Amino acid sequence: MSADPTQTAAPSPSHVASEVLPAAWRVEIRLADDQYDPDGERLVAGAHELGIGTLRRARKVRGFLLSESYTRAEVEAIATELLADPVVDRWCLIDPRTAPPAPQAGTHRIVAAPLPGVMDPQARTVERLLRRTDRMPADGAPTIGTFRVFEVEGDLDAEQLDTVGRRLVANETIERLGIDAEGLPFGLPGGSARRGPVVVPIRELDEPGLERLSREGQLSLDLREMLEIQRHYAELDREPLLAELETIAQTWSEHCKHKTLTGVIEFEGERIDNLLRATIGHATRTLDKPWCWSVFVDNAGIVEFEGDWGVCFKVETHNHPSAIDPYGGAGTGIGGVIRDILGAGLGAKPIANTDAFFVGPLDLPDADLPRGSMHPRRILRGVVGGVRDYGNRMGIPTVNGGLWVHEGYIGNPLVYAGTVGLMRREHVDKVVMPGDLIVAVGGRTGRDGIHGATFSSIELSEDSETESSHAVQIGDPVTEKGVLDCLLEARDRGLYRALTDCGAGGFSSAVGEMGEKTGAEVHLDKVPLKYPGLTSHEIWISEAQERMVLAVPRERLEELLALFGSEDVEACVIGHFTDTKRLELFDEGESIGSMSMEFLHDGTPRPVRQATWSPPDLPDPGVPTSVDPGADLLALLGMPNISSREWIVREYDHEVQGRSVVKPLVGVRGDGPGDGAIVRPLDHSYRGLAITCGSNPEFGELDPYAMATWGIDEALRNAVAVGADPTRAAILDNFSWGNCNLPDRLGSLTKAAFGCRDAALAYGTPFISGKDSLNNEYRVGDRTLSIPPTLLISAIAPVPDVRRALTMDLKGGGTSVYLVGSSDARLGGSHYHILRGVRGGTVPAPDLERAPALMAALHGALAAGLGRACHDLSEGGLALAAAEMAFAGDMGLEIEVAAVDAGDGDGFAAALFGEAPTRWLVEVEVKDSSAFETALAGHPVQMIGRSTEAGGRLRVKDTSGALRIDLALDDLRRAHTGGFAG
Amino acid sequence: MTRSTTTSTTQATAVHAGRARVLVLRSSGTNCDFEAVRAFELCDAVAERVHTNRLAERPELLDECDVLFLPGGFSHGDYVAAGRVMAAEVRHLLGDRLHRFVANGGYVIGVCNGFQVLVDLGLLEGQGRAAHERRIALAPNHSGRFECRWVHLRSEACAADWLDQGLVWPVPVAHAEGRVALADGALAELEANRQIALRYVAADGSDLETGDAGYPACPNGAVANIAGLCDPTGRVLGLMPHPERNLDPWNHPTWTRLGERTEGEGLAFFRGLVAAARVGR
Repeated sequence: MSADPTQTAAPSPSHVASEVLPAAWRVEIRLADDQYDPDGERLVAGAHELGIGTLRRARKVRGFLLSESYTRAEVEAIATELLADPVVDRWCLIDPRTAPPAPQAGTHRIVAAPLPGVMDPQARTVERLLRRTDRMPADGAPTIGTFRVFEVEGDLDAEQLDTVGRRLVANETIERLGIDAEGLPFGLPGGSARRGPVVVPIRELDEPGLERLSREGQLSLDLREMLEIQRHYAELDREPLLAELETIAQTWSEHCKHKTLTGVIEFEGERIDNLLRATIGHATRTLDKPWCWSVFVDNAGIVEFEGDWGVCFKVETHNHPSAIDPYGGAGTGIGGVIRDILGAGLGAKPIANTDAFFVGPLDLPDADLPRGSMHPRRILRGVVGGVRDYGNRMGIPTVNGGLWVHEGYIGNPLVYAGTVGLMRREHVDKVVMPGDLIVAVGGRTGRDGIHGATFSSIELSEDSETESSHAVQIGDPVTEKGVLDCLLEARDRGLYRALTDCGAGGFSSAVGEMGEKTGAEVHLDKVPLKYPGLTSHEIWISEAQERMVLAVPRERLEELLALFGSEDVEACVIGHFTDTKRLELFDEGESIGSMSMEFLHDGTPRPVRQATWSPPDLPDPGVPTSVDPGADLLALLGMPNISSREWIVREYDHEVQGRSVVKPLVGVRGDGPGDGAIVRPLDHSYRGLAITCGSNPEFGELDPYAMATWGIDEALRNAVAVGADPTRAAILDNFSWGNCNLPDRLGSLTKAAFGCRDAALAYGTPFISGKDSLNNEYRVGDRTLSIPPTLLISAIAPVPDVRRALTMDLKGGGTSVYLVGSSDARLGGSHYHILRGVRGGTVPAPDLERAPALMAALHGALAAGLGRACHDLSEGGLALAAAEMAFAGDMGLEIEVAAVDAGDGDGFAAALFGEAPTRWLVEVEVKDSSAFETALAGHPVQMIGRSTEAGGRLRVKDTSGALRIDLALDDLRRAHTGGFAG
Repeated sequence: MTRSTTTSTTQATAVHAGRARVLVLRSSGTNCDFEAVRAFELCDAVAERVHTNRLAERPELLDECDVLFLPGGFSHGDYVAAGRVMAAEVRHLLGDRLHRFVANGGYVIGVCNGFQVLVDLGLLEGQGRAAHERRIALAPNHSGRFECRWVHLRSEACAADWLDQGLVWPVPVAHAEGRVALADGALAELEANRQIALRYVAADGSDLETGDAGYPACPNGAVANIAGLCDPTGRVLGLMPHPERNLDPWNHPTWTRLGERTEGEGLAFFRGLVAAARVGR
């Protein structure tokens, strides 16, 4: 290896690639000219979308750099036998330090290569391949680089090439972009490896000095916290060491500590000590369900599933990393939450993934894009790709999700990823014993992901890309899959006593958390590194992916190391747990930090924050008239929050593990949006598990309390719709809010938390875990924009017998269709209002007195087999649900809808398009009608029509008998699938 | 680890005499191994998951089984190309032993990623062709996307006479690189050797148009809508779709519209394989 020093300097994003040519053999592989090149085609389409119509053709080239110590013959053999496909590929070899042949006139080469130190799974794989097949170079160290090139043809000027390169080819946060320039990074990053203790003088600093230190050191601690640290070290009569300061910053970060939700809030004359405990925790404690095995204390909530089998569930946010690198951010988001499940109790087997994305308008004009932001289309494509490539490679089906579009997410998208796990009761509890060894397993540690925990707690700005590029992580799912395989085997053999994942804060948080009650001693020189050059504190706080920490009894160490070694997964002792209640850090024999666990975990000052809330000052627009309800229905079907997500769902492997019972898409042609997914976790049982979610950011600004209760109702009514038991449902909260130091943001958060408490108590549905992401704000110049307050509710609920599961597609044959639940004229935040361009009015909060009994009654009827299809009413209301049921079943439907009382407004439009909760359309066979009506006696239920014939039409009449909607199923399908499709 | 594997295999041989023995080979990134084992067990075969590293320690494990099954997944991440690294690994570990295994009557079956490995190994080619001279490839889907959807297959009249020929059955696919691509002249050769085992067809069993017109019933744009190929002996077979994901009556995407069913249609594929493998040795 002879890495050129100019190529390995500190990475700085720049599209002006260095002209230095790599000191490595270069293999370039392209598809033969007669082969279809989907990546090239996609680039052409993307350029045309950007208005660059002159780009005629693009072909992708996959490039590899190989150590120059290989002989030419060796490289040729590697290219022929391992890298290129003999049927569809063509390849060429270029000598070290030599430029490739100049492209023909009119052809340009856009080159992208990972920056040094950025995780490159492809290069790692080639390296492993060369080792396994004994093709090592003469100097014994195969150094591999990869790159990709798009050879584009067309009349493009420099600016257009630059646009294509930046917007469609490379992400300069993690990649080097070169246009007709052949400098490529080769080798690993260097940098000064300043190991050992570093003293940070703070005792003499004044307040501005402390604030500056926090800001410039990216500690994200506020003045009160800095003062507390200063006081603590004055008491100790010494200055802090850098590793200590970093440990405090990670542990006290909003991300790890949830300071806002657990702090003191003064709201409307009430003093709330620990909002989380007073609302969400209060509801769960009050309900005190015996089937809740572990709530709020572990990486995920764990509930009983059947017998001694339990399921656990966690949903995480990965918002800020996804804003900067959508692909890597979403991928590591799903990778991180999978590790939460692996680290729940003694570890669970992941059986399903979920995701939810909130992005800006997909048709946003380029001119409206704030500087430094990516276009929502690029963000969405990137996050879908990230979840696809990580989730699919892990062999975990992604079965449920959601997509919401709102202009408030332009500068700060939200990315949620969740995982469900399966485990036995005996694996719920974990304990760390003094003397247990601290074993790190999985990926190596690198400089990637430094300061993720603190970065996630500050607002994004146009400079985030450059300031925080080192907070971005790239995942390597194959390493995590190896961890999964070995870990579950080690669990079953009882080889460890406790574990947790390395998430935000890296080892500092993981070891700090595990050793909180005991104490821990860590030797950082034992940590396997991806490359040399990391400082002590970088090793300690790096958030490099795919790592977990185990507490291993000494007598089981040998067997554990042998197990991991047998599948080529790294495992390494980095220290041990003690009984000193102190955290002792060493590097190369020197102490670099020594702190009390008590100060670390309980020393955070608890600020008192003010919260206020007042409803937005908007007149109630009432119910605008629908002149042509059919046209309005088609327009609603095409709205981005409602239209088909098939392009996303098909990219996710939702079938792996063979447990799927109800898939994300259902119906005759697989185009019906299911209400929730069902998997069957156990081979020996018919019991199923439904996974659903609920959210509505349109409601958040108008009435955060109602958003919360409506969201819980939605997650539960989705579960009821597929046949799950709502009385055994468990839910998660995920709050994404703006800057909660501001009283209005904190006020709406408080209202939403009250809503969570009241609805959880009313429905008897405990929260079992949750996560918040605050400070989702975007700074442009001196303006700060907040996202809409966004609460995602995710639910799991058992299905007593999967053979009674329901899908939403009409089955037909003259069946009756019932409306269950009450419609009304509260249209605040509805999609009908968005369609009419109005805002305001009352949000349709559920009736917490009556809704739970209705849900239980409907579940009883469905569990008794009285329903053939069931669909919940949500965005777009009754008309939308009827349309979806009809086209999904390829079945005609004729219904009669009564207007609701809407004062001066259009009561028929309110009945069709209103989004009142706790409502379903249920298809019932005529022979079961009276039993169904009996089962729902005393609840609002009404037969509104019948299915007609296969391939028929959707007809909606009003009570005067006038035909108000009359549409062919193909018209409905076209409207539903006509939107953005990747 | 090695010792316990040996013991259990020996015991299994004694206890399960007469039952087909299946080695489900997994590597880093394999992820359909558990459902494959379940499929074989439902067909009364004895199946064991074995990591490539265990096979490296004891290559003779191969000779103790009737079926070598390469399941789906993303072996080594499918970086470079799908199945490429695992194929190199298997070639390195087993070399000629694999060819002898087939010559002696053993079955080698690959599903999805396993099919990609088989193609890369050159096991589906005719005799005596080096890996880099192969004429069959699995290329990126024509849609340019990962495709997770249900399709219909027709089992063709082919050398793998253990398939229920003419049967049309539903099964899911989930892959990004599943398009069968062939060198010039290879299609005629495959037809002559009766190697085209499974095709994507319409739900009624009729032929699809080729190319984009056949999408999405043919999810990847494969030459002649080929979904699975066998070797001239019929004992080596690979297919992109996943029969092991259609074992239960409620796996089918529209099962809520269908009448009472006792099993998923994928199970018959394993039953036929197990019956043939048991007789074969």
